Amino acid sequence: MQKVLNWIDDRFPLTALWKSQVSEYYAPKNFNFWYFFGSLALMVLVMQITTGIFLTMNYKADATKAFESVEYIMRDVAGGWFIRYAHSTGASAFFIVVYLHMFRALLYGSYRKPRELLWIVGCFIYLALMAEAFFGYLLPWGQMSYWGAQVIVNLFSTVPVIGDDLGTWIRGDYTISDVTLNRFFAFHVIAVPLVLLILVAVHLTALHEVGSNNPDGIEIKDKIDPKTGHPLDGIPFHPYYTVKDLVGVVVFLALFSIVVFFWPDGGGYFLEANNFIPANPLQTPVHIAPVWYFTPFYAILRAVPSMMNSQFWGVLVMGAAVVILFFLPWLDRSPVKSIRYRGALYKGWLAAFVISFLILGYLGVVPVTVWGQFSDKIPLLGTADKATVVARVLTVVYFLFFLLMPWYTARDRTKPVPGRVTG
Amino acid sequence: MNAITRVLCIGLLATAGGALANESGVRLEPAPGNRLDIESLQRGARNFTNYCQNCHGAQYMRYARLTDLGLTEKQIQDNLMFATTKIGSPMLAAISKAEGAAWFGVAPPDLSVEARVRGKDWLYSYLLAFYRDEKSVTGWNNLVFPGVAMPHVLWSLQGTQKLVETEYEDPEKAEAAVIAAKSLALSEPLPGGKYAVKTLAIDQSGSKSLVEYRHFVADLVNFLDYIAEPARNKRINIGLVVLIYLGVLFVFAYALKRAYWKDIH
Repeated sequence: MQKVLNWIDDRFPLTALWKSQVSEYYAPKNFNFWYFFGSLALMVLVMQITTGIFLTMNYKADATKAFESVEYIMRDVAGGWFIRYAHSTGASAFFIVVYLHMFRALLYGSYRKPRELLWIVGCFIYLALMAEAFFGYLLPWGQMSYWGAQVIVNLFSTVPVIGDDLGTWIRGDYTISDVTLNRFFAFHVIAVPLVLLILVAVHLTALHEVGSNNPDGIEIKDKIDPKTGHPLDGIPFHPYYTVKDLVGVVVFLALFSIVVFFWPDGGGYFLEANNFIPANPLQTPVHIAPVWYFTPFYAILRAVPSMMNSQFWGVLVMGAAVVILFFLPWLDRSPVKSIRYRGALYKGWLAAFVISFLILGYLGVVPVTVWGQFSDKIPLLGTADKATVVARVLTVVYFLFFLLMPWYTARDRTKPVPGRVTG
Repeated sequence: MNAITRVLCIGLLATAGGALANESGVRLEPAPGNRLDIESLQRGARNFTNYCQNCHGAQYMRYARLTDLGLTEKQIQDNLMFATTKIGSPMLAAISKAEGAAWFGVAPPDLSVEARVRGKDWLYSYLLAFYRDEKSVTGWNNLVFPGVAMPHVLWSLQGTQKLVETEYEDPEKAEAAVIAAKSLALSEPLPGGKYAVKTLAIDQSGSKSLVEYRHFVADLVNFLDYIAEPARNKRINIGLVVLIYLGVLFVFAYALKRAYWKDIH
């Protein structure tokens, strides 16, 4: 065995890579619950690729056959129902895990110097994931697939001057059609997964270069044990975090299995009822809602009124809601990273941001009439949809969290940061 | 940190809690079907092939799959297959889509996954909700699906129902009447501020009693629910085994983690 390893090591740095990336990569010893989601995201990615390969073996990217090929996978392919549910649940699980992973960064300031690039690469992963989910959602060719894609492609058509041509260029046709389905399939199974894998590799490389942050938001590399040369508060990723993450993986798989085996529709949020109707270009559904992980942004889009006869403003604001994430490392001017040592200002704004995001997510799945209208006796607001007004207020809160950050993080009353990590 | 976790979980649950509305506004009756009741599913298969399959197909479902319901291929061929002799064929409708569109104005939908689109409560209520309406083309209308193109195919079994409208002055009394009806009922605002409560009453009885007809429809809906996802029972059974396996694995994984971490403080 050692001989084989030596033979390989003479030609490829296998042992060196294993040591530098795993067995001698020193991670802070105080990772808590929130630090499970990075490794889980990686696992979900692998699961999506695996189930995706098996789906591709049986799926037909053809507008006349796509819907029925999915039903045949559910019925006639051995274990097909499991592969399909694991993939559809995996899409939602991916977003849940990634949202929690991103929230962890907000809690502990993981985007701060020297991890700016790590954060930016992560934002690109999030963008790629949204693209991947969007392209994949068309493939079952149900009514929601079709009309959801229609709505999103139409966003590009609102761009002034070139909009119509841009929409046609994306679709490859004047409507969403077989041509669109084929190119979305190509993007979903080759182009975007390739980009995702490369970005994940870059993300991990950047992480292992700068080292992991931790719930105290302090750099463990600043306190090195003079005898060993390793951080005093660091422990090797393997075996400590491999065995710890294994526990996280089992718990995650249990929750994941509960959905796959007992609740695959996810109450209509993971698999929408209307998507069991084959796509029909002649029949627009009464209520088109995107899948849950896009709904906060959809609510922002709807909240922006059309101005100068154009819906483009809503698209711009929605785009800005995602793009603004990239600037986070430079907006935060607090002397501390972790929420443990931040003051009430940051905590309050973070809470407001999270609540806004969740309520916007809810408002994105329901019609704007859900809460009725304001009475016409109220000035200014009279007869306006309550949900729209609330969505507008929350959209403002969403942006203020970022835009006011340089101000409130600098003024916040922070607590002193300890020199060593605390449990 | 626990507080943050808790708030987040509540938020996720709250967004998952919405219920699907149905367009007519009728409060649906819960379908009494049981996915494990093999005899009910067998009767449902009989009802479907005899009463529905003239116009509605279940094209993603193969006859051979009905062996799930404890039937032999011989039994399926002898009792449930009228239009084909090949056990591997999909359960197609007897009429073509073009014929259906020409005769009804709209082609009768394929019912393979209808239970996943509408829900079984909707299907159950819908099949109880036909009434005589001289103004409609077919002579029938439906409280759950107003203006539906489908005539009441099961009328000889259920008999005919008529629409009973009662006017109420205030909305609360109308709502109380809807609840008191204890069956399919609907309150609609009328011009002039009044409310009409619509209920259904049997006009002429059919060959089955009211209870028998409900059983008939319940079996049929149970079957439609089964064909919408034939793998469901298997999925649930496998799921239990998977969860037990993961439960055992958790004990070992956690013990392993404890053992490795005992020196880390």
